Amino acid sequence: MNPLTLSHVLAAVLALSVSGAGIAGPREDQLAAYAAAAKAANPAFAGFSAARGKTLHTQSFGLGKPDTPACTSCHGNDPRGAGRTPAGKTVEAMALSVSPTRYVDPAKVEKWFKRNCNEVLGRECNAQEKGDWLTFMAGQ
Amino acid sequence: MKLPRNFPLRPFALGLVAVAFSAILFGRAQAGGSHYFPPVADPLVKEECGSCHLAFAPSMLPASSWQRMMANLKDHFGDDASLEPDVAAKIADYLVSNAGDRGGQRYSDKLLRGVSAGNAPLRITELPKWVREHRKVPDWEWKHKEVRTRANCTACHVDAAKGYYDE
Repeated sequence: MNPLTLSHVLAAVLALSVSGAGIAGPREDQLAAYAAAAKAANPAFAGFSAARGKTLHTQSFGLGKPDTPACTSCHGNDPRGAGRTPAGKTVEAMALSVSPTRYVDPAKVEKWFKRNCNEVLGRECNAQEKGDWLTFMAGQ
Repeated sequence: MKLPRNFPLRPFALGLVAVAFSAILFGRAQAGGSHYFPPVADPLVKEECGSCHLAFAPSMLPASSWQRMMANLKDHFGDDASLEPDVAAKIADYLVSNAGDRGGQRYSDKLLRGVSAGNAPLRITELPKWVREHRKVPDWEWKHKEVRTRANCTACHVDAAKGYYDE
């Protein structure tokens, strides 16, 4: 099997595994872990909210670095559209419907939450914020 | 020397001009050879060093610069680019072994002229050769919304991602 075909098969398998309803994948597992952590931090936690995730994504905080007051500073206002870093690099759309291969590597997700929350909020995000944001993007 | 009466002087002169012109072009193309810096080939390095900015060619800096840079990813030009230690070590290995004074030497001789390994510059855009090559770029172009930073090579060098930095 040549590498191109192999990568196509892999992409297809990935796409199936993230879009298949009811099939638990890495994204669902990560969300479940965030939910457990959110519940532990706040017993009143009653599930993630895409609406809160949207607010987190679009609100201008201005608490981190001056060039990045909001997530949308780099990701753009439309979650289904591409964004751009200050150094001019294109960032693929965050919406799962447009970038179905996103959010399958929990370490990668954590890496970017850590960096980007610090840049925008001046602190790390908590489990509830991460889950809200992921829920918002998964529905986009 | 006497030219035959029917010697086609005008076509001959035109031919000479054409040859001279191609020679100049060829000379430039050859000089362009020193504007080639092989892009990052390692997928891990491409991913980790190429998400926010162009994954800069390792031959553009000496090994000591890459060592210094990889030792302080927490403050990477003001951004937190920290990585898991094992990932950072793999990337540092690649950058160092292909650095401009190591494996990438034949591509970097001009860019790194006058740069001593002891200086370990962190910014490619502060290398004397880089500054000289870009001295004619006016301030408004750097501030253009499609450029914004000197680290955005691809804004002007459209083939930078493939390693070509000719105009």
